[in-house]
Amino acid sequence: MPADPTPHGATASGAGTSGESGYHPERAGGWTSGDAPQRLAQVALRDLPWEVGVAKPDPAVVVDGVTRTFGGLTAVSVDHLEVQRGGITGLIGPNGAGKTTLFNLLTGFDQPDTGTWSFNGQSLGKMSPHQVARLGVVRTFQLTKALSRLTVLQNMLLGAQDQRGESFFRALVPGTWCAQEKANTEKAMDLLRRFKLDAKKDDFAGTLSGGQRKLLEMARALMSDPQVVMLDEPMAGVNPALTQSLLGHVKDLREQGMTVIFVEHDMDVVRDISDWVVVMAAGRIIAEGPPESISQNQAVVDAYLGAHHDAPLTVEEEDQVLAEAERTIAREQGSDGDVLGSERGPERTDR
Amino acid sequence: MADLLNALAVAGKSALGFQAIFFALLAIGINVQFGYAGLLNFGQIAFAMLGGFGIAISVSKWGIPFWAGVLVGLAAAVVLALLLGLPTLRLRADYLAIATIATAEGLRLLFRSVSATPVTNGTRGLSGFNGDFIALAPWNTSQRYSILGTSWSGGELWVAAIGWLLVILGSLLVFLLMRSPWGRVLKSIREDEDAVRSLGKNVYVYKMQALVLGGVFGALGGMVYAVGTGSAVPDQYQNANTFLAYAALILGGAARVLGPVIGAMILLFILQFADTGLRLLISNGVIPEDLLSSTDVAQIRFILVGVGLMLLLIFRPQGIFGDRREVMLDAR
Repeated sequence: MPADPTPHGATASGAGTSGESGYHPERAGGWTSGDAPQRLAQVALRDLPWEVGVAKPDPAVVVDGVTRTFGGLTAVSVDHLEVQRGGITGLIGPNGAGKTTLFNLLTGFDQPDTGTWSFNGQSLGKMSPHQVARLGVVRTFQLTKALSRLTVLQNMLLGAQDQRGESFFRALVPGTWCAQEKANTEKAMDLLRRFKLDAKKDDFAGTLSGGQRKLLEMARALMSDPQVVMLDEPMAGVNPALTQSLLGHVKDLREQGMTVIFVEHDMDVVRDISDWVVVMAAGRIIAEGPPESISQNQAVVDAYLGAHHDAPLTVEEEDQVLAEAERTIAREQGSDGDVLGSERGPERTDR
Repeated sequence: MADLLNALAVAGKSALGFQAIFFALLAIGINVQFGYAGLLNFGQIAFAMLGGFGIAISVSKWGIPFWAGVLVGLAAAVVLALLLGLPTLRLRADYLAIATIATAEGLRLLFRSVSATPVTNGTRGLSGFNGDFIALAPWNTSQRYSILGTSWSGGELWVAAIGWLLVILGSLLVFLLMRSPWGRVLKSIREDEDAVRSLGKNVYVYKMQALVLGGVFGALGGMVYAVGTGSAVPDQYQNANTFLAYAALILGGAARVLGPVIGAMILLFILQFADTGLRLLISNGVIPEDLLSSTDVAQIRFILVGVGLMLLLIFRPQGIFGDRREVMLDAR
């Protein structure tokens, strides 16, 4: 694995970072103390070539040769992927690209057919979901899993780790867990205040709106003091105002030194917060790079819009297509065909 | 009027007798499994049968002391819970339901089969194993006592006293557990297993603990029943009892500490009151003999309970103790 020897390159060449100058995301909340951690991840990733499977200076999660098939369908086939520690990595791709399946594999909710993956050098293969979570890799779900008939505060308390009162026999002796419970409650209330859910602490989670449930799920995940947070479509179905607030929270995770991996469809969101973007299509990773590199990547454009899209053509391209069409027709019919009438047909098939 | 008071008294005795305790303990167990953890145990009666026969076989066949028999019954219930849980608890909830309902029926048929006769006495069952227990009563058990217009034998009273003590202790245990973080994990599993897994809890272990705990309550209920009737007959442990216990739980309110207890008392009260009341009306000629004969009453009272449950679910779906807001959340 060719690791880049200059992770924090002070002598950044600037190649491929044309969008760098405008890259100072507005803070959505007032709680950011400094942007040093975010800078670190971004600077570290700046000099990397934009190629699939590129080695990161300080990877938290490393995936190698993971495949998962459902019957004849290969849902995920990832040769090599590294996720930079302390950065926000966006995982994008069209529907059915295998993003959620990859999430499920990484967090133990599904087992792959082949491959290994590790977190902080520790292999996560064959681990069950709760073991992965205890290592500090916590996830949220695409379809929000708020625990409806528990109160918001109870939802939060469930997230705390190493609770003494969660063992059957110690549960019967409140003295063994009361102090810890009190500390956890304070921590939960702090988080709820940050996510502006503190007024709802005694409501059933089932009465919250969709966006509030997303907030609750993220806050609940943070109760476990995770090192890696994996968010599966955190902004889906959330109104624009709440999206801004959620964005602020995600950026805030990075400020606190957490590694964030998130799946998202909204490209504005991805551009706004990611340090690095990984694009999947049909189970494979087809592109990697800083967010500004992605929209220029032909493979990505093809994956999203289909290889046969009608992009506006330049004059030269039009001439090329025309010439090619003429050649094709000439070949097929052995004569000078009606070029005008078949102009668009070959354009569709050849691109 | 005196007849009506008498019918009420008889029904009241029924609501306090060992049968009510039997259903209350079964329902407490189901409450832990179904009400809190969301596990569908449709074979609670199998645990009760193991409890009852645990004592009966130990004392009558093996000749070991009564209290050792209690331990045998409890151990058998734990083993059954582990056997049922090991293969099914990793699967979807329906698999446990199927496995338990089949086990309950299968075990009963096994216990009444000819090949099991040397141990269980087949369809005739075992009796005469509760002497050691009845002898512990602080009062004269051969005498009859009159309480609020009903007549209790000393033995009945003793079984009921110890039985209600068990119910109270069991409810206290459930209360303590469910206000602890352990109970919170259990309730969360009922809501969404995957969310709980993603937060680092070993869902499988919690489900197993709930299944074992509920099974132990079932075994205690079966013991009270066996000691109360003084006999253990396989056909007493029909799986219909499981569903009556479910009815009691829903009547009282699931996921409430006192729901199963009050539910069982009310269920038994209604059953007995309908029985005595209908017989009274028939013998007084208020209901004509050719419309309803006293032999039909035993069936009719279950129809009345069924109608009552339907009305309850329409107008008070949360049961007597439940929280309506909580139940209504399911509709979303």
